Amino acid sequence: MTEWRPPIALVGAWLALLALLALTVALAYLPLGAGNGVVALTIGTIKAGLVAAIFMELRHRGGLTLIFAGAGLFWLGILLWLGSMDFLTRT
Amino acid sequence: MPESSAVAPQYASIPHRDHTAELGMWVFIATEVLLFGGLILAYLVYRHAFPQGFAAGSRHTEIVIGTANTAVLLTSSFLVAWAVEIFSPATSKIVTWLLVGAACLGLVFIALKALEYSGEYDEHLVPGINFQFAGPKANGVQLFFIFYFIATAIHALHMLIGIGLLITLAIICRRASTKRHHTALHSAALYWHFVDVVWIFLFALIYLPGRSTS
Repeated sequence: MTEWRPPIALVGAWLALLALLALTVALAYLPLGAGNGVVALTIGTIKAGLVAAIFMELRHRGGLTLIFAGAGLFWLGILLWLGSMDFLTRT
Repeated sequence: MPESSAVAPQYASIPHRDHTAELGMWVFIATEVLLFGGLILAYLVYRHAFPQGFAAGSRHTEIVIGTANTAVLLTSSFLVAWAVEIFSPATSKIVTWLLVGAACLGLVFIALKALEYSGEYDEHLVPGINFQFAGPKANGVQLFFIFYFIATAIHALHMLIGIGLLITLAIICRRASTKRHHTALHSAALYWHFVDVVWIFLFALIYLPGRSTS
């Protein structure tokens, strides 16, 4: 019979994503001041990394695909970096 | 049908064609990253200008619905990744059901979102229609809700397109599943996972701020 079960990596990623979701909601209620925003975006980035690496299969892909996938992030980085330079440095 | 006849003259082989499709999908996703990136930059600028108003606006969003919807979307992505992983003509029945399941979870997401929108309408939180908020934070809260409605509506539009893709692929897999459809499924899956990633960040920016203060 053909294999139909999900690979263990997929199940693990799914459970990890749900656990991170619970963690980020719980941590949002802790009074960390400016740290709350940092924690929320850090956990969000880890979740996005899990989706990209495992669900989107980037962990099995070569350099060319990674360059194409990274291009969006590269330009997003420029957008957010130059875009926030002005208002973050205003006195 | 011999697979080789399916390869257009610009491709050297089937793997070449499939790899090109994948790279094309990533280029498309890069343009989408910048679409949502512009919205997120606007959010950061106005959150920096109105930190109290954004925290107050965030506390007025439904975190239970937001969290449930995140779990729904993550699970839907898992089902699609599972379908891609086991795809073959022999497993077409299971793949079809996985895709139908993922599309149904997408519809659950849309339904919960509609419930949330109607609650916000009742609370007079829709800018341009019935926005009313007392106190000095009103301007910041209104800017927050402008971002909230534009970002979540554009995201919901992407969801509807994704649900259409998943249902189309489920029908194709049911009728005549060939190896060739694996590429189509893989491209649609990349799109669906990307919509999931966008939601992960929207969730962190919309529902989580301001929860630890009052």
